Amino acid sequence: MPMLKPPPRLGGYPGKAPRLKRYSIVELARNARGHHEGWWEAWRSPEPKPRYDVVIVGGGGHGLATAYYLAKEHNIRNVAVIERGWLGGGNTGRNTTIVRSNYLQDESAALYEKSLQLFEGLSADLNYNVMFSPRGLLALCHTPHELREAQRRCHAMRLNAIDSEMVTLDGLKAMVPVLDLSGSKRYPVLGGLLQRRGGVARHDAVAWGFARGADAFGVDIIQNCEVTGIRREGDRVTGVETTRGFIGAGKVAVVAAGHTTTLADMVGLRLPIHSHPLQALVSEPVKPLLPCVVMSAQVHVYLSQSDKGEVVMGAGIDLFQSYGQRGSLPVLEGQLAAACELFPVLSRLRMLRTWAGIVDICPDASPVIAKTPIEGFYVNGGWGTGGFKATPGSGYVFAHTIARNEPHALNARYGLERFSGGLLIDEHAAAGVAH
Amino acid sequence: MLLITCPFCGPRDESEFACGGEAHIVRPADPAALTDAQWADYLFMRKNVKGVHFERWMHSHGCRRWFNAARDTVTHQFLAFYKMGEQAPDIAPVSYTARPAPRTDPALPADPALHTDREGAR
Ligand SMILES: Cc1cc2nc3c(=O)[nH]c(=O)nc-3n(C[C@H](O)[C@H](O)[C@H](O)COP(=O)(O)OP(=O)(O)OC[C@H]3O[C@@H](n4cnc5c(N)ncnc54)[C@H](O)[C@@H]3O)c2cc1C
Ligand SMILES: [Zn+2]
Repeated sequence: MPMLKPPPRLGGYPGKAPRLKRYSIVELARNARGHHEGWWEAWRSPEPKPRYDVVIVGGGGHGLATAYYLAKEHNIRNVAVIERGWLGGGNTGRNTTIVRSNYLQDESAALYEKSLQLFEGLSADLNYNVMFSPRGLLALCHTPHELREAQRRCHAMRLNAIDSEMVTLDGLKAMVPVLDLSGSKRYPVLGGLLQRRGGVARHDAVAWGFARGADAFGVDIIQNCEVTGIRREGDRVTGVETTRGFIGAGKVAVVAAGHTTTLADMVGLRLPIHSHPLQALVSEPVKPLLPCVVMSAQVHVYLSQSDKGEVVMGAGIDLFQSYGQRGSLPVLEGQLAAACELFPVLSRLRMLRTWAGIVDICPDASPVIAKTPIEGFYVNGGWGTGGFKATPGSGYVFAHTIARNEPHALNARYGLERFSGGLLIDEHAAAGVAH
Repeated sequence: MLLITCPFCGPRDESEFACGGEAHIVRPADPAALTDAQWADYLFMRKNVKGVHFERWMHSHGCRRWFNAARDTVTHQFLAFYKMGEQAPDIAPVSYTARPAPRTDPALPADPALHTDREGAR
């Protein structure tokens, strides 16, 4: 992957011209001598300018990646990312960090595979360790029907040139010895679908790496600033009202996950997106136990082990709409029961924390990445329970959509027309479990 | 865990219920007369209120009957339960949007709709 381009030259830029100070072994040694108290700030916190070419609403991974690729790929640098809380404090910092591209439909396979490929070179590209760990991702099958579906998905993926293989019971036993393969369960494990290039990455680092990269190109990152209204003249947006005053904008791009519709409502745009809590939980740390990500759609849980040794678990959404960033206990009980069913060895593990994020669910479990009937207003939302893996790819194609005012080939099918045209990208079944 | 009052059975645990999403959506009388966009609106577009939401619930592990509820989607507090076919109760909307900063652009008149006093949780 290419390294970051040299620092941009920005005539008349208020404040210090940004410059990417690279992390290196030399800097590490130098800072070790100073007890690591002398590290510089990774990005600026500037006052908002009166006007930007592009204002991105939402400082999660997707918004920050959009800003980064706008600057890097399209040379659009007069950009602000506006975040109501702190960077990555939304779903980006709350997800279970699974990265994969094992989707059934061609449109999804292409988009998520692009993202996975960007992940593979991301640390080098950003000069920031996003701790991408392609440790493999195993989807378990518990019924003959599920096995056949997995086989079908395996073939579909291979036709799309994405690595995929079926794993037999012997293979499973060798890979994950703690998995209960006794066959005595209500839903016995019959086999698995493996994507070796899948895995996990450090979610905060993805947000911070993109923030730092975007900042170095001159993008202003403005935190603790909520967009409260969107100003329009006729059919065109002209800027955003915020808790820090009006900010003019040539284009406004909403990347606000669970809050997507609250922003679309400000311009009277109806979207097929509803917000639900998605919960996750993490255990006390234990010795290495899970060599790869394991997921089961049938008993519904997915698990991985963090580098610290904690078992990270998630499952399905709470079924009621919510903006409350918390869910109900029965959902957690269900996923813990599933985890113990698969891994009886986990039954005495104590849980450290549970939390929830507000995920943006679309009827076909695929996102909307599109320009809208309102000129200069772009939406990237509806990633639901599975958008972390798409962070770089989503930013890449959305930046293209904003810069050229037309979609990239990879998101051409992700417009709003698909709902009236009967062209849904149905990933409910293929996505298998929520993640 | 939510405590939900079925209008037929009384208060029960959330785990006895299924949530059916937005209430009061009326099936178009003559679907064939609709444009694709109108049909898509009926099928897919839903209110996603941050605040008071009118929604359907079903007492699936009880009397198996549908009913309506009004619920705040931030606090999760139920504000009303009522039967299918009944009018939605008159509940004042709540706004969770922060108060915007005073306008820095004097050229434009202040927009009173943006200056709500009901910011934040009640
Ligand atoms: C528990 C959980 C587990 C998950 N697990 C996985 C997984 O394993 N793999 C996977 O691929 N995906 C997973 N996901 C989904 C993934 O987290 C999201 O799809 C993805 O992170 C969305 O990124 P984002 O940048 O669009 O959203 P966010 O990170 O939520 O960013 C949106 C930002 O917009 C801001 N915002 C909202 N309204 C406004 C406003 N009015 N003004 C200014 N700012 C505003 C918010 O504060 C927020 O920071 C999971 C999600 C959850 C909740
Ligand atoms: Zn009942």
